[in-house]
Amino acid sequence: MIGLEAVYIIAGLFFVAVSILSIGDRSNKRSSGNALFWALLAASFLFGSHLSDFQNGLLVLAIVLLGGLGALDKSHPQTTTPEQRRESAARRGNALFIPALIIPAVAVFGTLVIKGISINDVPLIEAKNVTLVSLTFGALLALIVAMLWLRPPALAPLNEGRRLVDTIGWAALLPQMLASLGAVFALAHVGEAVGLIATRHMPLEDAFVVVAVYCIGMALFTAIMGNAFAAFPVMTAAIGLPLLIHKFGGDPAIVGAVGMLSGFCGTLTTPMAANFNMVPAALLELPDRDGVIKIQIPTAIPLLVCNIVLMYVLLFVM
Amino acid sequence: MTDQLLPLLGVGVVVIGFLARINPLLVIAVAAAVSGWAAHMGLVEVISAFGKAFNDSRYVSAIWLVLPVIGLLERAGLQERARTLIGRVRTATTGRLLLFYLLVRQVTAALGLTSLGGHAQMVRPLVAPMAEAAAEAKLGKISDRVRYLIRAHTAAADNIGLFFGEDIFIAIGSILLIKGFLEQEGIIVEPLQLSLWAIPTAIIAFLIHGTRLFLLDRKLAREAAKDQAKKMEGAA
Repeated sequence: MIGLEAVYIIAGLFFVAVSILSIGDRSNKRSSGNALFWALLAASFLFGSHLSDFQNGLLVLAIVLLGGLGALDKSHPQTTTPEQRRESAARRGNALFIPALIIPAVAVFGTLVIKGISINDVPLIEAKNVTLVSLTFGALLALIVAMLWLRPPALAPLNEGRRLVDTIGWAALLPQMLASLGAVFALAHVGEAVGLIATRHMPLEDAFVVVAVYCIGMALFTAIMGNAFAAFPVMTAAIGLPLLIHKFGGDPAIVGAVGMLSGFCGTLTTPMAANFNMVPAALLELPDRDGVIKIQIPTAIPLLVCNIVLMYVLLFVM
Repeated sequence: MTDQLLPLLGVGVVVIGFLARINPLLVIAVAAAVSGWAAHMGLVEVISAFGKAFNDSRYVSAIWLVLPVIGLLERAGLQERARTLIGRVRTATTGRLLLFYLLVRQVTAALGLTSLGGHAQMVRPLVAPMAEAAAEAKLGKISDRVRYLIRAHTAAADNIGLFFGEDIFIAIGSILLIKGFLEQEGIIVEPLQLSLWAIPTAIIAFLIHGTRLFLLDRKLAREAAKDQAKKMEGAA
């Protein structure tokens, strides 16, 4: 059975290569900072499953200090010039898209087809991680095709990968860090505390007000936690279930579906949803790290208002 | 009672840290420590809890495995090719292109094909260069300000398409979470019911964001004219 551990080892090896190539890189004044940062991440991927929780914690602390105190800088590995790229694009034509499209194609194929394949009753790919494993396979297959076809220097993919990952820098770890913070918040019962505040001091007699408090609460709490999944159980236990479903007799399916989507409106507005909002800003080299959020807010707010009206109408008018 | 509210200090740290633009990695570490302290966890306990959570969420960072091949294709001119391709479609504008991408992203996500898009695999190498090239075809050379605006819009279209499409698919995580939560409370809902009730919001999201994208070309033209005026001013 192929599972996450295989993906982690491949990722670990990639970060090892990034780290080694960073050593002594003259294009980057802080090359040793980069080398150490990616080496620590490589250690987490390769050995994390065998370290104790405390050891993993110390590893994260070291990563946080390096990334947080500015030990990293952008690198400039040798790559092609704009002229060479234009020439190559003209010569190779639309075939260039094929390797890029192999990645999603394999990911989708894996999710739909390989998922069902078992050998001696052992599934080929661990069921719950099938998308991630397929995505990894897609990336590797695309890489092999691209290498055979383009015949670049042997280290080119690693250097190009380093160029991109250094463009993102420490922000590459932000989604994982925030996911971890969510877990610590859960241990510290932060959700329950937010639920207490949401239910206190609120005039919860009028159905429309309750719908509004629930939907806005979902959006706000999602914005704080960066994740609607963290907000949903708390807000629904505090407001959705006792008031909308039990007291006012609302349809649970409508409360759940529209409530979750109100949370997604919050996701659009928050730096805490790093993989959707902060990482693309880094990937697209935007000078303003909130650039994506600023575009999304004018859609998120009217959509939230529509969700409130929609939930009220579906529950209590129709 | 106040004791129960104390862990909220961690949330406060996050909000203040982000607003003050302190490095988010530091903010997160401090927030975890503060919340843990408020919940009477010892330092070793907090570090261990964070270490375990970090280790368990490594799958989040595994997406960076796509970078070597994306970088390799960029080196061979992928972005330039994407520009040429869109330049050949005469009717293509930034707004129409992104509207089309929003629709495709939403529909494919609704069919469960959430991995068809994504910022590293699709937005940076393909969609963003196309959107920029479409603007350049109409407006000539564009300023960095307009270029960044277009890029941010591309990322936003990917997110909005994904968020308000995926919930229509019955086997997506959020639907299963809703079903699981309600089931614990003794309420049985079918995933299909949940995905059906996600459709009205999906349509409204498309109408709201689609309208903005429909108006984007005009906005870009205005912004480009502003840049032009500023340049003239500078010259005079």
